[in-house]
Parts: sequence; C-alpha cells; structure tokens
Amino acid sequence: MTQDGVNKGRRRFLYIATGAMGAVGAVGVATPFVRSWFPSEKAKAIGAPVTVDISRLEPGEMRITEWRGKPIFIVRRTEEAIANLSSEELIDNLADPQSEVVSQQPEYAQNTVRSRSEDLLVIEGVCTHLGCSPQFIPSVEPQSFDADWTGGFFCPCHGSRFDMAGRVYRGMPAPTNLVVPPHMIQGSMLTIGEDSA
Amino acid sequence: MSNSKSNFMTWLDHRLPVTNAYEKHMSKYYAPRNLNFWYVFGLLATLVFANQILTGIWLTMSYVPSADEAFRSVEYIMRDVEMGWLIRYMHSTGASAFFIVVYLHMFRGIMYGSYQKPRELIWLFGCLIYLVLMAEGFMGYVLPWGQMSYWGAQVIISLFGAIPVIGDGLAEWIRGDFLISTITLNRFFALHVIALPLVLALLIVLHILALHEVGSNNPDGVDIKKHMDEYGRPLDGIPFHPYYTLGKLPMIIIFLMVFSGVVFFFPEMDGKFLEYANFEPANALKTPENIHPVWYFGAYYAILRAIDFSILGIDAKLLGVCLMGAAIALLFILPWLDRSPVKSWRYKGMYSKVAIVVFAIAFMVLTWLGIQPATGLNNLLSKIFTLIYFAFFLLMPFYSKYEKTKPVPERVPEK
Repeated sequence: MTQDGVNKGRRRFLYIATGAMGAVGAVGVATPFVRSWFPSEKAKAIGAPVTVDISRLEPGEMRITEWRGKPIFIVRRTEEAIANLSSEELIDNLADPQSEVVSQQPEYAQNTVRSRSEDLLVIEGVCTHLGCSPQFIPSVEPQSFDADWTGGFFCPCHGSRFDMAGRVYRGMPAPTNLVVPPHMIQGSMLTIGEDSA
Repeated sequence: MSNSKSNFMTWLDHRLPVTNAYEKHMSKYYAPRNLNFWYVFGLLATLVFANQILTGIWLTMSYVPSADEAFRSVEYIMRDVEMGWLIRYMHSTGASAFFIVVYLHMFRGIMYGSYQKPRELIWLFGCLIYLVLMAEGFMGYVLPWGQMSYWGAQVIISLFGAIPVIGDGLAEWIRGDFLISTITLNRFFALHVIALPLVLALLIVLHILALHEVGSNNPDGVDIKKHMDEYGRPLDGIPFHPYYTLGKLPMIIIFLMVFSGVVFFFPEMDGKFLEYANFEPANALKTPENIHPVWYFGAYYAILRAIDFSILGIDAKLLGVCLMGAAIALLFILPWLDRSPVKSWRYKGMYSKVAIVVFAIAFMVLTWLGIQPATGLNNLLSKIFTLIYFAFFLLMPFYSKYEKTKPVPERVPEK
C-alpha cells in the first residue's frame, strides 16, 4: 500500500470523527446499564409512608418501627429527660446542639428537643457514622463508655454517643445528629414518611 | 516436548501455537536459580483461585440469591446437599487463604524490590488484582445474608455516602434501593460470580504475561539477563519447568495439607474466617454488638476508625474514608516512591531494612486492631500504627535515596 497522495488532514479528521461517534454510541449503550441500578418502581412503592398507633407508648418507653427498611425509634420522653435536654452541662458537650445542620431534620424539628411535640422523639435509628443501629440506653447512670451518662443512644460499632434528642456528642466518629424523618401526628396516630396530610 | 514431534503435534502447531506457548512460559522460561521459599506464593494464589472458581460454581448450583432464601439455602448446602459442607468450607477457607498468600506474595515484592524498574506494570496489575479481590471478598461475604453480611455491607456502602454532594445518591444507586435488600443481594451475586471473576482472570493473565516479558526478579535483585551463554540463555537462569514446577511441589503439598487441616478441623477459625454473628439471619433492625469486617480487611478498617477528629472543616467520616483510600492508593505508586539504586533489601541500607520490618508489624497489628472493639487503648494504637503505615510510604523517597547501600554482585552469588 502506498501512502502517496494521502490527504493526512482528512484522514485524521475522519479518525477523530469516527472515534467521537463511537464514544457517543458507547455512552448511549452504557445508559440502560447505569440506569438499571437505580431503585425500581417496586422498590419505590415499598418506600411509602407508614402509620403507627402511639397511644399506649408510656413515658421512658421506646418503640421501633420500620420505614424504608430503616429502624425508626419512637420515644416518649420523661419530664426529667426533656428538662435535661436544655441543661448547659449537656449542651457544652454536643457537636450541634441547635440542630444547625439542616439535612438532619425537617424545619419543624429544628429546636432543642428536635421534635414536633416536646415529649415525642421520632428519629431514624441509623448512626450517622456508618449506618449501624444505636442502642437505646435511657437510664441516667454511669456506663462503661461514659461515667456521666445522662441517657440517650450509644452506637456499639464505633462508640458514637447521642443524647435523648439524637444529638451527637463532641469528638465522636459520627459527624452529625441522628436524622429526624419527615413525620406527622394526628391524634394518637403517627405517620412516618409524610410532613402533612 | 521431545525433538521428534508427533504428527499430531505438528498438525496442531500449524494451527495453534501450543508448543510455542509451552516453551515460552514453561520449559524455556528461564527463572533465576536463586528463587527461594517466598517465590511459591504466586503459584499458590493461582491454585487458590482455581479452587475458588471450582467450588464457587458448585455453590451457585444450590444457592438462592434472595433476602428470603439466601440464609436458608446456605444452611441447606451445609446440611442437606451431599458434601455441600465440604465445598462451602473449601470456598470460605479459600477466601481467607487467598488473602494470606496474596499478602505474603506482596510482602515478597516489597522485600526484594520486585516492583522496581522494569517491573512496575507487573506490580500495578498485582495491585489491581488485590483491589478486585477485596471487592470480590466483600461481596462474597454478603451472600450468606447473616447478620455480619448485612451490617458489613451497611458499613461499606455507607462509606460511599461520605462523598460530598453525590454521596447519598451514589449509595442509593449501589444498593438499588433505600436499604440493603434483595435487589442489592442479587446484584452483588451477579458481580461476585460473573463480573469480578472475569476481571480477575484477565488481570492474572496480564500479570503473568508482563512478568514473562521482563523475567522474574530474585532475592538478590541481580539482572540475570546481563550474562547469557552462547545460546542466549541466562547463565544464572534455570527453566521454570521442571525445576520450579517440581521444585515447588513439596511446598504446594504442605500448603494443601494445612489448607485441608483448616477445612476439616477449624473451618470457622475461632470466628475469624466465619464470624459467629453470621450464623444468625440478617436483621435490619438489630445491629450486632461488635461489628467488624472479616480479618483481611482489618488493617484498612482500623485506619478508617482511627480518624475520629476533623481537620480544616472536613468531618471525621469523610477524612477516614479518604485516608483509607489513600492507604490503598499508596501501594499503587510504590514503584515511584522507592528511589534506591538497588532492588533487594539484602543490599539496601539499615533504614530500609528497619522500615520494611516495622511496616510489616504495623500492618499485622492494624489487621488485628480492625477486628477488635473500638475502645480507648485500641483507638490510640490504631492512630499510632496508621501513622507508621503512612510514614513507611511517604518517607520512602528520602530514606531509600540517602541511605548507604551495598554493591549488588554481577552474578547470583554462590551460597
């Protein structure tokens, strides 16, 4: 094969044009493969809101329900626990006492108690560090991990500690407070996954 | 192959380079004559890979990849399938054995400078194999759908969630759901049994092709191609087959004996190879007490956990993930961190020798710390040994360049 009389510029243009078309084609072909990894319609339907009856939840008690496969902790706090949430000693030890990280709760839960009604705490039982489920330890007594424990949640995986409003202590592996999911209260019925009816 | 080739071989060779390939990679592949004990682990890794493929295919015949059935089907394999327990234990023990031989194989490379010029590509392919192997091991551990499977997956997938902006969407994309579910299990199964083994096989081929192109390094780091005989064969080389194939046979037999011993008598290895929490079906609402990955990820997990403080506004979680990624990434650039004029630690100076020993100890301690509970003392130790791990790599350009080395002999020294 002779290279005489070859228009090199045109040849390079054709190479690049062919390559570019090929690349566009490759992206097009990749699309269905990438998109098929997103949650399917079925998965999205299963993620619908759930409603629970909380009329028999006693002060100091916790109930766990499931929403989108995540454990949702529903806690009826005692008067002492609520009072302790605004104690200065506790607030000094917290990373984000005023819930300033907006992604962690809906607007209506951006207060000291992090809830719609003062006594009822609704949080996702998923540690904001690496997704383990924290343990509920409401008793105010010295623990192996904290001698001055005033009640709250303790993550067994990497030792993150949270108070009775799911606010994270300072210097923990978990970067933020526990998430308050969208929820609404209608009488004795609590719906998780919706802000308002 | 004798000189008088049979008619059949002649016929075949005209159509497929069988004899040619056999000579290039086996009977006329000249390996240095001073390869020692440490050079068996590449061979053993290939053997374990074959074991994983074979037992893996058999396991898929009885395993059901769904959240409802997975745990039960593994128990079915263990109790009801004829010899199913043996095949599964061979596979689960094989996973740990794979990492043991690969770690020893990598340590050999570090001791004798096998990653140095002209073997950088071999090292890079090796690092990729290690990376894919980690993904393979992780996804394989999810399949039995026990408590550790589920919560291990939870922790690892949420690592992606630490990436700013796209993190949460990325984690959701990987799971294919708002939580780890059948959908996640199914795709991990597909990746574990088809996609990643194919990639692994391809990388192993590339690793060996690159090795056979430049030739094997040796404990003295002598370039055997500098001195050839009149037929163009290295004076210090001996054919891979039969000298190393048969020569390594006793080591292979010893390995198989130890392997069988573990399979038959200690398949759980005191909760290290198969963790006790994994004998309970996955429960999304209850986290096991001490959650940790299988032992072979321990070192990186310890590095991840060591970071419980934030720097410059980067929170601890993201920082930990970055550091863990960096710990693996440093392995890849090792060939360019080592500025020593000699390959083997036999001829390197005191700094390198001490650094390699200290690094090996640090890696083992981190591996151990990774599967211990995160208590105060363990946290402190994790921080110290993480620092040592990084110091080994990041200070290497300095200590390897400025230390006094010994002259490397021209030929492989006589014992």
